[in-house]
Amino acid sequence: MIAAGYGRRALPWLRGALITIVCLIFVLPIVWLFAAAFKTNVQVTDPTVGLIFSPTLDNFRNVLADGEVVAALRNSLIVGVVSTVLSAIIAVPAAWAVGRFRMHRTGSLVLVARIVPAISLLVPWYYLFAQAGLVGSYTVLVLSHMFVSVPLILWIMIGFFEGLPTELEEAARTDGLSVFGAFWRIALPLAAPGTTTASVLAFIFSWNNFMFALIFSDEDTQTAPVTLFHFISYASTDWGGLMAAASLMTVPVVIVAVLGQKYLVAGLTAGATKG
Amino acid sequence: MSVTSAAARRPASTRGTRGTRGARPQRSFEQANRRLKWAMLTPALAFVGLMIVFPLVFTLNLAFTDAFGAVNAGKGYIGLRNFTDALTDVRRFWPAVGRTAAFTAGAVLIETVLGLALAMLMRRPFRGSRWVRTILIIPLLTTPVAVGILWLLILDPTNGIANHLLTSVGLPPQEFLGSVGQSLPVLMLIDVWQWTPMMTLLLLAGLATLPAEPEEAAHVDGAGRWQRFRFVVLPMLFPTLATALILRAIDALKTFDILYATKGPGGGSDFEVETLNVYAYGLTFDYQEYGLASAVLVLFTLAIVGVVVLLRRRPGRKSA
Repeated sequence: MIAAGYGRRALPWLRGALITIVCLIFVLPIVWLFAAAFKTNVQVTDPTVGLIFSPTLDNFRNVLADGEVVAALRNSLIVGVVSTVLSAIIAVPAAWAVGRFRMHRTGSLVLVARIVPAISLLVPWYYLFAQAGLVGSYTVLVLSHMFVSVPLILWIMIGFFEGLPTELEEAARTDGLSVFGAFWRIALPLAAPGTTTASVLAFIFSWNNFMFALIFSDEDTQTAPVTLFHFISYASTDWGGLMAAASLMTVPVVIVAVLGQKYLVAGLTAGATKG
Repeated sequence: MSVTSAAARRPASTRGTRGTRGARPQRSFEQANRRLKWAMLTPALAFVGLMIVFPLVFTLNLAFTDAFGAVNAGKGYIGLRNFTDALTDVRRFWPAVGRTAAFTAGAVLIETVLGLALAMLMRRPFRGSRWVRTILIIPLLTTPVAVGILWLLILDPTNGIANHLLTSVGLPPQEFLGSVGQSLPVLMLIDVWQWTPMMTLLLLAGLATLPAEPEEAAHVDGAGRWQRFRFVVLPMLFPTLATALILRAIDALKTFDILYATKGPGGGSDFEVETLNVYAYGLTFDYQEYGLASAVLVLFTLAIVGVVVLLRRRPGRKSA
């Protein structure tokens, strides 16, 4: 929209064609995954069966009847929701304080969390949590996932609050609201879109997390990526089931992406243009 | 309790603004309530301290010990032994360093070039751009383990569609992830598939903030398409490009999920995709070599910090 005001459009059809090809490259593998989930095991391993075949729901039926995948999806949901809610509770007020009081040095601590390799925290966490007998509990999973979501929410929300005009909060303060009141009644409702975006992204990254759950979950608390990983070794016998399970993991993400594209892009790219 | 303290302090802070006139809104905010500010920050800071800073110190300490085996076993200090062991290990450590560097440099370079090209392609509005953006965010939001599974299916040497397509146009079939030599490059390309969209989105956000005037002026002066891109857009876009590159490089260095999910412990039978992250993971959880693992992680963290510092410094000089 900015640079559109000048220059003739060279070969618009070429641009359209290139964009279409790019889209196919990114979307076809996902489509292939979903298609495979509806194939019989004979069809999955036959590359001449393309995207046109008579679909079967057997893979989903088997996977859902098994119970392990259902339990794993439930565990992922529990850990994702709890870690995201707790992270938002501690990160959103902190982001407001950093943004409003311009505490950029404190805010840059967030970058540290981004740079540190998670494995260097896994060693001491494992060491301490194992001694406390906590490995395998939801508590440890939630805490470890918060390592990703707290910095993520801070990162997005600091930028969001900085972009929010201060006038309304000022007016509320003049009218006798405390500083906390200004945050609670004015800034927080205004920040609802930002908080939602940040929370949705935090949930997705928790949903996707593999490394922490690989170490900290046990049979009862195993999250979906770990269950999928254990399924890979049986892939030669049950490709269809594996694809159905992977599809069940991916479908929620695709739905969220379709519904919230605009906000998710804004959240993912937050802070990058400030340099 | 923070609420009451806020209310109690407010009159004082109002009195404190020198001269009732001209107190800038920003200033009264800053003076408003120091205690409340810290109350709101404390939970987050406590979390960062307990879950990040303390463990880092713990790891640093472990790196100088012979911690091994059971987590409650005794450990003794052995000085720099773990570091010298790691740095003289040409069988696992240095190859892992090389793979980490190759994977990161290759993936990030391709992602930057493709991401920039794609961003320029999508820069001006077009019909359906909403859907294109939706398609672009799907790969990077998809569970890495599921991404690994999906490519295992496509690239399966005997039953995969990739070899079927290759042979149907007369090319020889490939081993892909089944071969020692091809595994790392193939995983690099999977990373490119998953993360090029992120580069594109970051650069599109950067492009949207650029002023139109310099480009229009260059156009009036007769600069061609390529010249406008090379000498006007690219220099203006440089800060965003540098930030995007650093963020992507940090994440690429730490890639674990996709490597471990597709090749398993040790990065395959011949350690063919064992990067520093996978190596440190194996040392910790397969061999219980906590001391050595910590030393490797300390070196790895320092290397990442080094890369970030390096990338931050260089663009400044190059951009001219």
